Amino acid sequence: MSLEAVPAPPPMVRLEGVSKTYRRGTVEVPVLEAVDLAIDPGAFVAFMGPSGSGKSTLLNLISGLDQPTTGIVEVAGRNLAELNDRELSDWRAAHVGFVFQLYNLIPVLTAAENVELPLLLTPLSRAERRKHVAAALDVVGLSHRVGHRPPQMSGGEQQRVAIARAIVTDPDLIIADEPTGDLDRKAAEAVLDLFGVLHHDLHKTLVMVTHDPHAAERAERVHHLEKGVLQ
Amino acid sequence: MVPLFYNARSLWARRLSTGLTVLGLGLVVFVFSAVLMLANGIESALAAGGDPANAVILRKGATSELVSGVERDAVRILATDPAVASGQQGEPLVAGELVVLVALPRGEQAMNTTARGVEPESFTARPEVRLISGRRPRPGTNEVALGRALVGSSPDATLGGELRFAQQRWPVVGVFEAGAGAFESELWADATRLGGAFNRPGYSSALVRLRSAEDMAAFEKRVEADPRFTLEAKPEPTYWAEQASGLATFIRVLGLFVSFVFSLGAVLGAMITMYAQVATRIAELGMLRAVGFRRRSVLASVVAESLMLGAAGGLLGALGALTTRWLHVRTLNFQTFSEVSFGFTPTPGILLGALLFGTMMGLIGGLLPALRAARLSILDALRA
Ligand SMILES: Nc1ncnc2c1ncn2[C@@H]1O[C@H](COP(=O)(O)OP(=O)(O)OP(=O)(O)O)[C@@H](O)[C@H]1O
Ligand SMILES: [Mg+2]
Repeated sequence: MSLEAVPAPPPMVRLEGVSKTYRRGTVEVPVLEAVDLAIDPGAFVAFMGPSGSGKSTLLNLISGLDQPTTGIVEVAGRNLAELNDRELSDWRAAHVGFVFQLYNLIPVLTAAENVELPLLLTPLSRAERRKHVAAALDVVGLSHRVGHRPPQMSGGEQQRVAIARAIVTDPDLIIADEPTGDLDRKAAEAVLDLFGVLHHDLHKTLVMVTHDPHAAERAERVHHLEKGVLQ
Repeated sequence: MVPLFYNARSLWARRLSTGLTVLGLGLVVFVFSAVLMLANGIESALAAGGDPANAVILRKGATSELVSGVERDAVRILATDPAVASGQQGEPLVAGELVVLVALPRGEQAMNTTARGVEPESFTARPEVRLISGRRPRPGTNEVALGRALVGSSPDATLGGELRFAQQRWPVVGVFEAGAGAFESELWADATRLGGAFNRPGYSSALVRLRSAEDMAAFEKRVEADPRFTLEAKPEPTYWAEQASGLATFIRVLGLFVSFVFSLGAVLGAMITMYAQVATRIAELGMLRAVGFRRRSVLASVVAESLMLGAAGGLLGALGALTTRWLHVRTLNFQTFSEVSFGFTPTPGILLGALLFGTMMGLIGGLLPALRAARLSILDALRA
């Protein structure tokens, strides 16, 4: 068949036999066990599962914040085990955008300055950085709040600023750990609508952890984790 | 690089602890620079004293009159030098002088005072020494004149009073001033009477007034080369500058030592503040590391913040020290130098040193907190 002749695109994220074990004193606590996973470029994937099932741990491995005990983590064709701490920092700056549950904005910086932070790691000029910041804030609909600081904004607005920060470098991969966990229904919907835009219009690869079934519905694909095992 | 305004605003956000830390650093820098300015002031005040046409003769190698000795014969020989100026009666303006310490009662205690045995030429050769009351002591008697700083320092130290030392009585017949110089804290008596009372047949030093300051260099060489004695001559201003530099160095060393000890406290303060800054901003630092800032950038950021604290302290201390320019210290009682008036003299070097000192304290205080911030595990920091 001719369909077989077309090679499938290489996955954005590939996990092979990944396990993670934490050591508490003399006791070894297995958190992830033999996880095999592939996420295609441009996919929107959600992970669900009970508290403590290892969702955040899995996300940390994919985003290069943590290393597996065994197995291979490959992102955008790169085996992350090959990178040292400094190279991993540079790699994250170039390839990953982060959205945290508690936004993790810097309260003494304005929205624009917060969004600009990841751009300071690129060789862009000040004028170019300004343009990118403006564009990112425009995507999240906060162009009118550039000069405002996080304490002057609602939780939903802060999370949208954080999303602007995650997309401003145009990363391959956007990682979101319970991005709506601290938001009310309406603000959560706004954030999820934005994720839809990132997915459909900007063709970003999105990996999200959530407890919220409404949020998971927005994803193309939902994986369930149970005691460290992918169902 | 993490932008510097992030650090500046974070410091401003906790302005109470920032302010107190800067104040602590500033106080240390203030002490540091004020002491250096004081030592400077002493040097310039005392070095200003003395007449360039007057030569002080000391035993070769003696650092002060107290440890010097000059034979009576040597003084007679010096008087024959062609460069020596003459007084109104044609007498050579050369005076042998004897310097001893006498103990005058002050309350329960005794006060060490410099007594200078003088000859009439001692007054003639030093026009800056002027009687402000009474008269000069008559030669060959126990009469004394007091420097005005001594008046009232001891119960009998007044015009018309009678001092007792070396088992003799010494009536006070005059009080003199000496342009705020060190002589104002001396008592002057007849050199021969004082020598007799203290069993000292010779002099400590000799004062030689030359016709002109231009003769000084040649005169110094002749004294140096004369085989009849082992003496050296130096211009009076040089002698006083040397005396001042000893005192100034002492103040400098003491001041630097005190500053160093205080600085340990200030560095500790900066360290505590920076640890608190890091602790309250762990989640922010974790975010910065997650989005790709290297450990080194976080380290540099915390160090930069601490440098800001230190520089602010340095600036505050230096500005504070500058205000002492308008202060004048009139009484500083040292063993031999009492009642000298001098001010705090700033120099660009001292102000630069103050800024550097403050910045240095910031740097040292910030190092450990910065290392801690750089070593944070990203995951632990993000969980905070
Ligand atoms: N640094 C660590 N040391 C020891 N145990 C850890 C560490 N980090 C995570 N764990 C354990 O690993 C397990 C999985 O943690 P993880 O944070 O991945 O769960 P999660 O699915 O994200 O849970 P939640 O929904 O509550 O966020 C938990 O039991 C947790 O206690
Ligand atoms: Mg979690």
